[in-house]
Amino acid sequence: MATPDVVFRTRGITKVYDQGEVQVQALRGIDLDLFAGELVVMLGASGSGKSTLLNILGGLDVPTAGKVWYRDQELSRASDATLTRFRRDHVGFVFQFYNLIPSLTARENVAAVTEIARRPMSPEAALALVGLESRMDHFPAQLSGGEQQRVAIARAIAKRPEVLLCDEPTGALDSATGILVLEALARANRETGTTTVIITHNAAIAAMGDRVITLSDGRISGEHRNHTRQAPRGLSW
Amino acid sequence: MRGQVLAIALVIAGGVAVSVLSLANYTSLITTRAAYYDDYRFADVFVTLKRAPRHLAAVIAGLPGVQAVTARVEASAKLEVPGFDEPVSARLVSLPPEGQPRVNRLFLRQGRLPHPGRSREVAVIQSFAEAHDLTPGDRFAAIINGRRQTLRITGVVESPEFIYVMPPGGMLPDYARYGVLWLSRDALAAAMDMTGAFNSLVARVAPEVPVASVMAAMDRLLARYGGTGAHGREDQVSHQLLDDELVQLRTMATVFPAIFMAVAMFLLNVVIQRLINTQRDLIAILKAFGYSNRQVGWHFSQMVLTIAVIGLVLGMGLGVWLGRAMGELYMQYYRFPALLFRLDWGWMALVSGLTLLVAWLGGWRAIRHATALPPAEAMRPEGPARFRVTRLERWLTPPRFSQPSRMIVRQLFRSPAKTALSLSGVALATAVVVVGNFQFDAVTLMVHAQFARVQQQDAAVTFVEPVNASALYSLRRQPGIRYAEGRRVVAVRLVNGHRRSRTVLTGLPEPAHLQFVIDQDLNPVPVPEHGLLLTDFLARSLAVRPGDRLRVELLEGDRRRLELPVSGVTREFLGVGAYLRLPVMNRALGEGPLINQALLNLSPEQATATYQALRDMPRVLAITLRRTMLDSFHQTMARTFLTFTLFISALGGIIAFGVVYNTVRISLAEKGRELASLRVLGYSHREVAHILLGEVAVLVLAGIPLGWLVGYGLAGAVVTAMQTELYRVPLTVTPQTLAIAASVVVASSLASGLVAWRRLRGLDLVAVLKTRE
Repeated sequence: MATPDVVFRTRGITKVYDQGEVQVQALRGIDLDLFAGELVVMLGASGSGKSTLLNILGGLDVPTAGKVWYRDQELSRASDATLTRFRRDHVGFVFQFYNLIPSLTARENVAAVTEIARRPMSPEAALALVGLESRMDHFPAQLSGGEQQRVAIARAIAKRPEVLLCDEPTGALDSATGILVLEALARANRETGTTTVIITHNAAIAAMGDRVITLSDGRISGEHRNHTRQAPRGLSW
Repeated sequence: MRGQVLAIALVIAGGVAVSVLSLANYTSLITTRAAYYDDYRFADVFVTLKRAPRHLAAVIAGLPGVQAVTARVEASAKLEVPGFDEPVSARLVSLPPEGQPRVNRLFLRQGRLPHPGRSREVAVIQSFAEAHDLTPGDRFAAIINGRRQTLRITGVVESPEFIYVMPPGGMLPDYARYGVLWLSRDALAAAMDMTGAFNSLVARVAPEVPVASVMAAMDRLLARYGGTGAHGREDQVSHQLLDDELVQLRTMATVFPAIFMAVAMFLLNVVIQRLINTQRDLIAILKAFGYSNRQVGWHFSQMVLTIAVIGLVLGMGLGVWLGRAMGELYMQYYRFPALLFRLDWGWMALVSGLTLLVAWLGGWRAIRHATALPPAEAMRPEGPARFRVTRLERWLTPPRFSQPSRMIVRQLFRSPAKTALSLSGVALATAVVVVGNFQFDAVTLMVHAQFARVQQQDAAVTFVEPVNASALYSLRRQPGIRYAEGRRVVAVRLVNGHRRSRTVLTGLPEPAHLQFVIDQDLNPVPVPEHGLLLTDFLARSLAVRPGDRLRVELLEGDRRRLELPVSGVTREFLGVGAYLRLPVMNRALGEGPLINQALLNLSPEQATATYQALRDMPRVLAITLRRTMLDSFHQTMARTFLTFTLFISALGGIIAFGVVYNTVRISLAEKGRELASLRVLGYSHREVAHILLGEVAVLVLAGIPLGWLVGYGLAGAVVTAMQTELYRVPLTVTPQTLAIAASVVVASSLASGLVAWRRLRGLDLVAVLKTRE
C-alpha cells in the first residue's frame, strides 16, 4: 500500500508507440512518487518523454508495461470508463494550447467542468483566483493568449482536483504573460493545496517548484529539491 | 474521407438514378409503341356504324389518302369460363378470310389464328388467357347474340388496338372479367346476322394527308348506314389511355428528376464546400511549397470530379438496372409484344454534364475561398472561432441550461447561413420522399372516391338496347337483388365553336342512390333540374361556364343535335363526363322513360346465383362488378405504384443518408478538438456524443416538418403537370406518407449517428490535443 501522502506512484513504466514500421520508445522504466500538495517541475527537452508521462498520470494514456497507482487505485489496468471517472473527479489539466470551448464564455467554460464535478467551487471564485473576475463574460476569441490560459487554469482548479497537470503552460506565451500564468498556478497550488505538476523545457521555471525532476531519453536523469520556492515574479527568460 | 466521398457519391447517384430511370422508361415506351404501331399497322381512323354492305369498304379504300382499310364485324358476348363463377364479358372482332387483317394486325404469341369458315375457333387476347390460364386447345362457352356456343382456342394474341384492355364503362383494366376475342368473319357475321355487311371499319391514312379530311369523307359515306362518326387515335380508348400514361411518364421523366437533381445538386454543392473547407491547412501547405492557385485548384477539382464520376457511374448503373426492372413491370400492364429498352444518349449526356458542372462549381467556390488566404495566415494557429450571445438565444434558452446544450445552441446560431443549408438539406431529403409517396396517396384517394363514394352499386348491368324503365321492377323482383336503379348512357360529341370533345352523356335518376357525381370534397353533387353538369376539366377544355349553351351531337340512335344549357361544373378525379337528369334526357332524346344500364345492390349470399341469372338474360349485354374492379386495381396499379414508391423512398433515403452523414462527419472534423478537450476534462463518451449528435438531432427534427411543407409544394407542382383527360391526380398527402418520409430521414440519421458514435469512441484524445487548432 502507498503511504497516505503519496498521490501518484509509478513503478517501471515504459511506453512504446508504434508509428508505422518504426517503434518509438518514449518511456524506458520510470519509478516516481508524487506527494500531496507539492509543486513539481518536470524538465526535459523535446522528445524526452515528459508529455507521455504526464498523459499516463492523467489517465489519458496507459503504459505499455509497468504500473501506475493513484493513491490505491491502479490506473495502468483501468478501463476507459474508469479513467474517464478518474479524470472527472481528481485531475485538472492545463495544456499549451489552452483548449477552451470557443462557443462558451470564460464563465461557461469553467461551468462546463463544475457542472459535472462533485464538490466544485463556483466558476466566479475560480476565475477570481486567476485574476479574471472582470472578463468572465468574454468569449475565448475576445481574450488574449495569457487570459485564455488563465481561464484554462481556472477551469482546471474549479473542481478542486487533487492533482493539477500542466503541459507546457507557458509554451505559447511571451515571458511577461507566461509569468502571470505561472503566478496563477503558484497561487492555486498554495491556496488549494493541489498537487501540481508543471512540465516544461524551460529551465528558468524550475526555481518555482518544490522539487525538480529532469527527464532525458525516456528516463529520469536527475532530481533535486529547492530549499525555497522562488516566486514566479522573480523568474525571467 | 472515404466515408464522406461515398456519401457524396451516393447523393449524386440517387439523383442520377431517378433521372436515368424515368428517362429510360419514357424513351423505351415511346420507342416500343412507335415500333409496335408501325409493324402491326395500327389504324389512324376508326368508325363504328349500324350496318353497311361490304362493297362499301372498297369505296372507302379508294378515298384519297386512305392506305389500307379493314371492314369488320364487332360484337359483344357474355362468356362462361369453366371454374369461374363471376360474369365475364368480351368484345368480339372478326378476322378477314386471309387471316391477318390489313389494319390492326395481330401479334401471335401462341398457336395460330382461327381458320376461315371454322365457326368454333377463336383467338384470345393474352391478358385474358393469362388470367384464366388458357392455352390453345382449351374451350369455353360464349353467349353471342343470345345463342350459346362453345369456342375452342387456337391462338393467344396481342393487338395494337388493345394495348390497354379496358372494359366498357370501367376505369381500370380487369383481365379476368373482360377479354377480346377474334373469330373468323364468316362465323361472327353469321352469329350476328351480319353476313355480307360490316359494322366497324379501321383505316390507315397516308402520313402526308390530314386525318380529319379522310374522316369527313368517311362520315359523308357512312352517315346513312348509322355511322357514329369517324374518330382518330386520340379518341381510341387504348391509345388515349396509353397517351395519358406517356404524358404522365414524361412529366415524371422531367419534373421528377428535375426536382431530384436540383436537390442532389444543391446538397452536392453544400457538402463539397464543407469538405474543401476542412482541407484548408492542406491547401495552405501546398501553397507554401510553391504550388500556384491554379495547380491547387486543379488538384481539388480532380478530387471533386472523381467523386462526381463515382456517383455518376453508380447512378447510371442503378438507373439502368431499375429502369429495366420497371420496364418489366410496365410490360405486365401495357401488353407490348416486347419492350425495346432504349436510352436517350442526349439526355444522358445532359445529366452527366450537369452533374459534373455543379459538382465542380461547388468545389470551385470553396477552393477559391481557401486559396484566397496567404499561406502563412492559413497555417498559423487559427484563433478561436468567434461567438456571441444572440438576443434570440437569450429568449430561447433557460438560464439553467447545461453547457453542452449551450454549445449546441450557440453552434447553430453562430452561422445562420450554414445552419440554414444543413436544415434545407434535411428538408429536401424529406421532401423527395414525400413527393415519391404522395402519388400512391393520390391514386388511393381517387380509387376510394370512385368506389366508395361514386359507385356504391355491387354490379352494373348494361343492356343490349335501351329498355323501358319498368324493367327495373322485374329486376327488383329477382331473388338476390335488393335494389336497382336505372341510367341512360349515350355517346355524344360536345361542341362549342371550334372546340369539341367526344364523351358520354349520362342520365341520372334524382335522387340517385347508387352512383352519383361528387365534388372535390367527395360530397355528392345534385344534378341541376335543367341543363348539363360537366366535369370541370371538360368544361375548361370546351371553354364553357355555367350559363353558357353547348351543342350536343348524339353519336347513336337518330343522331339528333341538341342545344343544352350548362348548369353546373364539378370536379372529378377519374374520367370526364356530362350529366343530365334522366327524365330531362329522355325528353331531350324524344323517347319514353328508357334506360340502358341498371345498377344493382345484391345480397352477398346469393351473388353467384344472381350472376348466372343475369348472364342468361338475353337483353343483358355485360355485367361489371364493383369489387372486382377494386381487386384489379390492387393487383395492377397498386403494385406498380408501390414498386415505384419503394424505389423513390430508397433513393430519398440514400440522399438523406448522404446529407446527414456529411453533416455529422464535417461537424466531427470541425469540433473534434473541442470534444476531445471535454473528454480530457472528464466528460464521458455519451456526454460528448450528446454535443455532436444533439446538433444533428435539432437539424433533423426541425428539417423534417420543413421538408413536409416543401414536399407538399412539390407535390402540387407534380399534380398540376400530370392533369389529363383520364384522371386528375388530387393533391393529397396522408399522415402515413409524412410518417414514411420522417422515418426514412430519421433512420438515415440514426445510421449516420451510429457511425459518428463509433468514430467518437476511437478519437485519439492525446493526438487531438497535441495538434494546434
